[in-house]
Amino acid sequence: MTAFLRSRPALLEKTYQLAERAAWALNPLIARIGYARVERLIKPAEDFAKERIFGCHHCGQCILHSTGMSCPMECPKNLRNGPCGGVRPNGHCEVKPETRCVWVVAYENSQQMPIYGHELIEIQPPVNRRLEDTSAWINMLTGVDKRVPAGWIPIEEVGVAHRA
Amino acid sequence: MNTSISFADHHDKAPMRSRLERVLRSGRFAVTAELNPPDSADPQEVYDAALVLSSICDGINAVDASGANCHMSSVAICALLTRAGYEPVYQVSCRDRNRIAIQGDLLGAAAMGVRNVLCITGDDVTAGDQPEAKRVFDLDSIQLLHTARIMRDYGVYLSGRKLTVPPPLFLGAAENPFAPPFDWRPQRLAKKVAAGAEFIQTQYCFDIPRFRTFVQRVRDLGLHQKCFILAGVGPLRSVGAAEFMRTKVPGVYIPDAMIERLKGAPKNKQRAEGKKICIEIIQQVREIAGVAGIHIMAYRQEELVAEIVEEAGLLPRPFRAEAPHPVRERLWHRPEEPAR
Repeated sequence: MTAFLRSRPALLEKTYQLAERAAWALNPLIARIGYARVERLIKPAEDFAKERIFGCHHCGQCILHSTGMSCPMECPKNLRNGPCGGVRPNGHCEVKPETRCVWVVAYENSQQMPIYGHELIEIQPPVNRRLEDTSAWINMLTGVDKRVPAGWIPIEEVGVAHRA
Repeated sequence: MNTSISFADHHDKAPMRSRLERVLRSGRFAVTAELNPPDSADPQEVYDAALVLSSICDGINAVDASGANCHMSSVAICALLTRAGYEPVYQVSCRDRNRIAIQGDLLGAAAMGVRNVLCITGDDVTAGDQPEAKRVFDLDSIQLLHTARIMRDYGVYLSGRKLTVPPPLFLGAAENPFAPPFDWRPQRLAKKVAAGAEFIQTQYCFDIPRFRTFVQRVRDLGLHQKCFILAGVGPLRSVGAAEFMRTKVPGVYIPDAMIERLKGAPKNKQRAEGKKICIEIIQQVREIAGVAGIHIMAYRQEELVAEIVEEAGLLPRPFRAEAPHPVRERLWHRPEEPAR
């Protein structure tokens, strides 16, 4: 089942899109019930599904759809902007030679993903380690997963260096 | 916080931050070289290693426990080098320190006169001789680059807290054109440039066709006009050393043809053949439009670097006249070797 889903990134991203829309549609209701209360309810289900399908590491700020439905926290170096230079010639991980590099998978998958595939080029900000082991869905609704360090000027605002 | 200063403005007004930057911006073909980091508390070992490199390159890289093997820290090596008037490139890896430590070290390095920083992810702890260590990787190389750029251009920490004097750094990054996914590598370089990389030092280049394709894509993306690309090169000591590098050192790719060529030389000539190959590679990458220099990594063969640079026709270096006098100091007297 896991292998079946993992080999179908387009299906996964469509599922994600529908789930995201449903979450936003239900957001007013969830807000009324209380985010903490709903989190207690959905966290076990979220963990169960994400652990099995993606090998979730519970960072609490899911960017799966931006990284080819391949979890960047599965990378032993936790690279949110991978891959590193250590990828083996066969596309396997420097640290775990028996597994494929999550970023090689991310790149291949993103090319089969018409909806979110282009987001692979986005630069991901540093991880907020305080969100570890909280529900990524709830964090999306409350917006805490988008919060970056106060000094993190968005890349687009900086512009690109020009050689004189 | 003043967010109105664009990077381009900054450049127009800012003086050159380092000698390496001046060489690169003058359009000269640049040479940087890696210093073999000592396993010692004696500063003289740093000065001795730097002395052979000083007049033949424009920047000396101080590695940050490369291969996850512990050596004297890169920030300390850089501090010693600047004291002696050398031009260090401070390598910062994300493996061993979190964002708090890294930002503090960037300020400290700048205060010690360090002007070039190379931001890298770092080899995993399992590559080294202490694989039981905890890996940190709080930031990745791209986040580190952007953090250093924010500190320099906006004068703040990641937290937004103000610096009284920002660090005037020339920012670099690494890239490996020889590791999959090959089609993504130029795009990833684009990410690094967007995050603030002004120069790039690549992994060892032994596969010229692959490198040529990579640089072609980099040119198509216009990245060669936004950052300087230094091709990583190095001499192979022997067939055994080459086999070790390609199986044990993460990210090093050596084509079979290269190994065969080394095997063709008798055992006592392999070192000379390795040097010859290195010089040929330098001459070939020099012809590729968009390559601004080379970065020589001659692990445990530092004495060859001077010969390679000379025989490749890259002397004299522009700042040779400013090459410093070696600092002579001893931390303590070494104990006498016990009689055997």
